[in-house]
Amino acid sequence: MIRIANGQGFWGDSPDAPLDQVRRGPIDYLTLDYLAEVTMSILQKQRSRDPEAGYARDFVDVIDRVLPDLLAKNIRLIANAGGLNPEACRRAVLAVAARQGLDVSVATVSGDDITNRLDEFLNRGVEFRNMDTGEPLSVIRNQVRSASVYFGAFPIAEALAGGAQIVITGRCADAALVLGPMIHEFGWRPDEWNKLAAGIVAGHAIECGAQGSGGNCQDDWQTIPALEDIGYPIVEAEPDGGFVITKHQGTGGRVSVASVTEQLVYEIGDPRAYLTPDCSADFTSFTLTQDGPDRVRCAGVHGGAATPSYKVSISYAAGYRAIGSVAYAWPDAYAKAEAGARILAARIERLGLELDAVHSELLGANACHGIAAAQPSPELAAQLPEVVMRFGVRSKNRAAVERFTKEIAPLVLSGPPSVTGLGAGRPKVEEVMAYWPALIPKHLVAPVVSVPQLVSQ
Amino acid sequence: MKIRLLDIAHSRSGDKGNTSNIGLIARRPEFYSTLVKHVTPERVKEHFAGVCLGKVERFELPNLSALNFLLYDSLDGGGTLSLRADPQGKTMGTALLRMEIEVEDTQ
Repeated sequence: MIRIANGQGFWGDSPDAPLDQVRRGPIDYLTLDYLAEVTMSILQKQRSRDPEAGYARDFVDVIDRVLPDLLAKNIRLIANAGGLNPEACRRAVLAVAARQGLDVSVATVSGDDITNRLDEFLNRGVEFRNMDTGEPLSVIRNQVRSASVYFGAFPIAEALAGGAQIVITGRCADAALVLGPMIHEFGWRPDEWNKLAAGIVAGHAIECGAQGSGGNCQDDWQTIPALEDIGYPIVEAEPDGGFVITKHQGTGGRVSVASVTEQLVYEIGDPRAYLTPDCSADFTSFTLTQDGPDRVRCAGVHGGAATPSYKVSISYAAGYRAIGSVAYAWPDAYAKAEAGARILAARIERLGLELDAVHSELLGANACHGIAAAQPSPELAAQLPEVVMRFGVRSKNRAAVERFTKEIAPLVLSGPPSVTGLGAGRPKVEEVMAYWPALIPKHLVAPVVSVPQLVSQ
Repeated sequence: MKIRLLDIAHSRSGDKGNTSNIGLIARRPEFYSTLVKHVTPERVKEHFAGVCLGKVERFELPNLSALNFLLYDSLDGGGTLSLRADPQGKTMGTALLRMEIEVEDTQ
């Protein structure tokens, strides 16, 4: 049995979680997930300004804190922190190790960044049709900022077999970070679909960090203990594909069939065919059982063959947006906020700004649940102590969005009374990136695994 | 008898591009068939009228006493484009729990 822990569910997650995972109980592998759909375009922006940027910088701080424990306990670490620049990320990690006087083997998995190869593939007939809309990439070709292939777990296993203590990847399937060590430790072959699928299910259960161990859990959430000290999830994996989800003893949170199930149904699409680069996993095939306190056992996962394509995540510039807000206080907070939104919409209309989208919401009344929340009753609306009016616009024309940002503040003196601007000043104009999911035949791209040998070896 | 889904189910939601993904889980295995019977794609589409502009697909996971819903064209363009306070539909799961269904007293 090997223990594989998650210490980071997204870029911006707790900086202490990785340290807790290596210090508060036994683990063999620590996995850190930094990349979301939106992350690659941010990294691209950073790399365009600085060729040594384009990876998750927070990861280097994490390494600075966990490296002595990793080496002392021989815990191996796998992170997709490389983003669009795994080599620069490795250099930064090695600089930290050198400063600490430690010698560590850091591998990279790259080859996923095909931003500069798109035309080559387009010329060879790959259309990169949008998986949601069916449109060919040519529609937005000139706006593309980054394109990354989702690789699987085998390159990670290869890096581990090469002796790497730390494996830094670019884009790969999130669950591959967890499946990689299983393939390496148990010698699973590329056609052992059931075992590979079990690794994917295990990876999916822990890849979002504490969301797999009682965080953001609706089932009896008020009874979940010590969320301020929540333990991140850990997989105890067995060679036959069986596994247990658990967390370190003495930490907060909860690992129950309910909390694990919430994570397993999170963002999975068709549960019978959860497609990954290494296999297809059937989320309707297995059983979950409580196997002691904070232990959930999963058995019987079925899988199928992988498809002949890799998924490609392409980000492209899609214009600009700005969002501002003001707060209205009792009495009639709701009616005032509604009036504020109406006035703002009318002013924008009169200015004749070229906008692609205009949207207002009343926070504190119905912003989150929208129409499903229905309008508050007149009695409730009249009693609300305050309502935040949030107003946003989007346009391909930056000047139009700039002009909009000057309209919110005046509302404080020229609109309904008892209002505060929340001290935020004018809203900022942001460039917005959109996301274009596509496919590429596997034979056209290959992961590049680099495992340098230690100087001392 | 009229009940709210909140009484018999919990949920978690997220996004894939402009598609909202809502997992709906029965609080007890014996409530699962009630979810299957009443929480149809049509009901969900109607519940999210004005929010879900595309089709609704439903998948059954009897092993987890859960249903998984895909609500297409529901996130104002998706996580990075959206002007909403909840651009990734993280709270749409609880919005679904507001749904009321009519059940036999024996259910």
